[in-house]
Amino acid sequence: MLDSIKKIFRKEKKTSITNVETAPLAEDQLRSVTRESVSINPPHFLVGSGQSVGRQRDHNEDTLYWFNASFANGVNDIPFGLFIVADGMGGHQHGEVASSAAARALGEHIFRKLYSAVLGNSQEMPAESIQEIMESGIKAAQNAVITKAPGGGTTLTAALILGEQVTIGHVGDSRLYYIYPDGRMETMTKDHSLVKRLLDLGQITEEEAKTHPNKNVLYRALGQAEPFRPDIQTTPIPKPGFILICSDGLWGLVDDEDMFRIITAEANPSLACRNLVEAANQAGGPDNITAILIKLN
Amino acid sequence: MVGVGGMGSVYRARDLHFPNVMKLVAVKEMINNAPDPLVRQTIVQNFEREANILVTLNHTAIPQIYDFFSRDDRSYLVLEFIQGKDLEAILTDANAPLQEERVIAWAIELCDVLDFLHSHKPEPIIFRDMKPSNVMVNPQGRSILVDFGIAKNFRTGQKGTMIGTEGYSPPEQYRGDATPVADIYALGATLHHLLTNRDPRLEAPFSFSERPIRSINPRVSIELETVINTSLQYDPADRFQTANDMKEALLSVAKKTGALTRLSVSPVIKNQAIKPVWTFKCEDEIRGSVCYDNGKIYCGCYDNNLYSLDASSGEFLWKFPTQGGLVGKPIVDEGLVFIGSEDKSLYAISTRTGKQAWAFQADGPIRSSPKIAEQHIFFGSDDGYLYAVNLMSNRLTWRVDGGSAIRTSPYISKDFAFTGTELGDFFSVDFRGQVKWRFKAKRAITSSPIVEDGIVFFASLDSQFYALDAKSGWIVWRFRMGKGSISSPAKSDFNVVFGSADNHIYCLEANNSKEIWKFKTEHQVSGSPAIYNNAVYCGTADGTMYCIELKNGQMRWRFNSDGPITGAPVIVNNIIYFGSSDHFIYALYA
Repeated sequence: MLDSIKKIFRKEKKTSITNVETAPLAEDQLRSVTRESVSINPPHFLVGSGQSVGRQRDHNEDTLYWFNASFANGVNDIPFGLFIVADGMGGHQHGEVASSAAARALGEHIFRKLYSAVLGNSQEMPAESIQEIMESGIKAAQNAVITKAPGGGTTLTAALILGEQVTIGHVGDSRLYYIYPDGRMETMTKDHSLVKRLLDLGQITEEEAKTHPNKNVLYRALGQAEPFRPDIQTTPIPKPGFILICSDGLWGLVDDEDMFRIITAEANPSLACRNLVEAANQAGGPDNITAILIKLN
Repeated sequence: MVGVGGMGSVYRARDLHFPNVMKLVAVKEMINNAPDPLVRQTIVQNFEREANILVTLNHTAIPQIYDFFSRDDRSYLVLEFIQGKDLEAILTDANAPLQEERVIAWAIELCDVLDFLHSHKPEPIIFRDMKPSNVMVNPQGRSILVDFGIAKNFRTGQKGTMIGTEGYSPPEQYRGDATPVADIYALGATLHHLLTNRDPRLEAPFSFSERPIRSINPRVSIELETVINTSLQYDPADRFQTANDMKEALLSVAKKTGALTRLSVSPVIKNQAIKPVWTFKCEDEIRGSVCYDNGKIYCGCYDNNLYSLDASSGEFLWKFPTQGGLVGKPIVDEGLVFIGSEDKSLYAISTRTGKQAWAFQADGPIRSSPKIAEQHIFFGSDDGYLYAVNLMSNRLTWRVDGGSAIRTSPYISKDFAFTGTELGDFFSVDFRGQVKWRFKAKRAITSSPIVEDGIVFFASLDSQFYALDAKSGWIVWRFRMGKGSISSPAKSDFNVVFGSADNHIYCLEANNSKEIWKFKTEHQVSGSPAIYNNAVYCGTADGTMYCIELKNGQMRWRFNSDGPITGAPVIVNNIIYFGSSDHFIYALYA
């Protein structure tokens, strides 16, 4: 019901825009825009990922990690997946150790606490909530960074898909997008960067933000000494649509329209990810690039 | 060792210059790990220059410095050992906002010492790191600044993406400005933290104005809030320009509120004289919610009658007698009004004539409010079943055994019905009557669920508020209240609102359980909230109906009835309708 109200609202908004010239859509784009939600049984999704050191750095500090499982018996159809992007920082060696340690620790925690509960034989649901498990997993990742990469730090953006809900855990400035075939791109995460905060407060302009001397300063990341709490939220999956998780090496270089165009142009999400990485490298590739794309029918 | 920081450790030591007495000192050790020898030398020089200044300072709120020296890669500062606890530890122990009287006394002392430092000649001394953990409170209750920014020299720079610490620091620190007004901002941030118990390090930077002190802790005086707001202005020019100005402002607040005389003043709540649009008196308590339909109010009463009133005038239209008390909320569909009774029957009554069209008999009292979907009426009964009765044939389509009395109103969403039971079971049933999943709370679920965006929300007497995945029953999040709750939640776009027996009305973010505000009432919140026009309306067990700003939890008005309010109000065309155990139905301007 809410969806249908939203749809009506959106249509009204669109009709109010007049005399706007738009480029005609390519055949395959048109197909993706006009595509109806097709019912696929049992429900599952396609995943692709891409990674590159970039063109200016000599080593990679990003980590990506995902696994994806399905169980269906006609009564309980449970798509299950965990998707993590971590962007390490802190100079020589520490960055890659930090991002890897964080991703492994969170992955292991979710696997232990949820995977066996959901897909194992005991079928006993944990007493903790999904958000509590995500939060304790990020705490485990924080501990892993502090012990394995002291002085280093990392961002961490994770999506846990369970049925029709996604639980997002987030620290830092990697991003998670919901992308709909009609062209909407919603940034579901909030960058924990100083410049973004100043921008939100209206203290600096978009232009100033791009060249701000503190552009790279995060106010929240794994590995920091001060106490912090990750951002955690649970929302329905974008269906039909895509979930994109990426490091700033992608979103900082390729704008939303180009990302949308690349993602919807390829039916295969692995190829779409390769093209996203390629686009960031074309734009200079100053940083490591990592992307995970989940396609939901 | 008494503490470990980013740069080194703090030790408690005994000064052997005085062999006959026990003189304790603190020794602060700072490790110089800059790789470049020139940088290391500069760090040591800066340290010694600043230590030389600190040695000369003489103020009761600054620990005395006895000595300093450097050896190999380490530098040491020997200073007075302060007994007591720091403010962060005090706040952690209290786990609640600290009292205004205590905070204002410390604030005045801290302004005093900041003023002393800022007035230092030839150069003002900037403390640079004001935060609760850097303020000790000694056994006499006085505050003392313990960690001078001197340690900052030992922090080496990083390239590329880096982590900056926020929380208490002013925005201009990123331009490298360390000024007296930066200390004033950090003091304001520290006071904000003490009075709200909201750690700024867990929030977005510079977001104090989004968390007004009094919306979190209404006991703080408006005067003190104003002073702290001034110190937290984004633009340094808008803050107090000297610590002395801030101290003067705090002193006048203290005089006005009597904080320093330790007289606790309770906030004056304006009891606005709200005149009802109309009232209607029934013959017994009203425990359920009223229903509005097409200009009419329907209300079940414990005097066994269902009443129909004109919504604009409160004029009596008809009443329908049953054989038992009515505690549910009526529902209207196709010219019929439906209500369950403690006499075990569900009645369908003509809205026009007030005459019975048909009735359906359950095996136990019906206290659950019925819901209608797909030509069926769904309701629970104390006999433990969830019923689905066909509205065309008036016959039972199916019933599902819930295991214990069902007093919640089922929620119908996308071909599923959701309901909770008095033994704490919660289940989802499809339209064929098949149980899809079950969830168990530790105590009764009397709070009726709502479902939105695939999430089921309800409260339990086990003191938890739950958000479950509607498809699977998995707990997405849960929120701990001070006590149990029978209050049914209300939802707006991003928030979920409910009451609890711990006297609070809570407003949480629906997708992550983050508390947006909680409002403290004077009694248990037995009623359920309704949301209308950016306001929350909710009644309590002492008979008060509150109207609270949805955005920030500030009270707009309150109205007192003479008995507990246990239903949810209904608001239509800017009029709020609700019943009370004082036998009255009220209509007020919302």
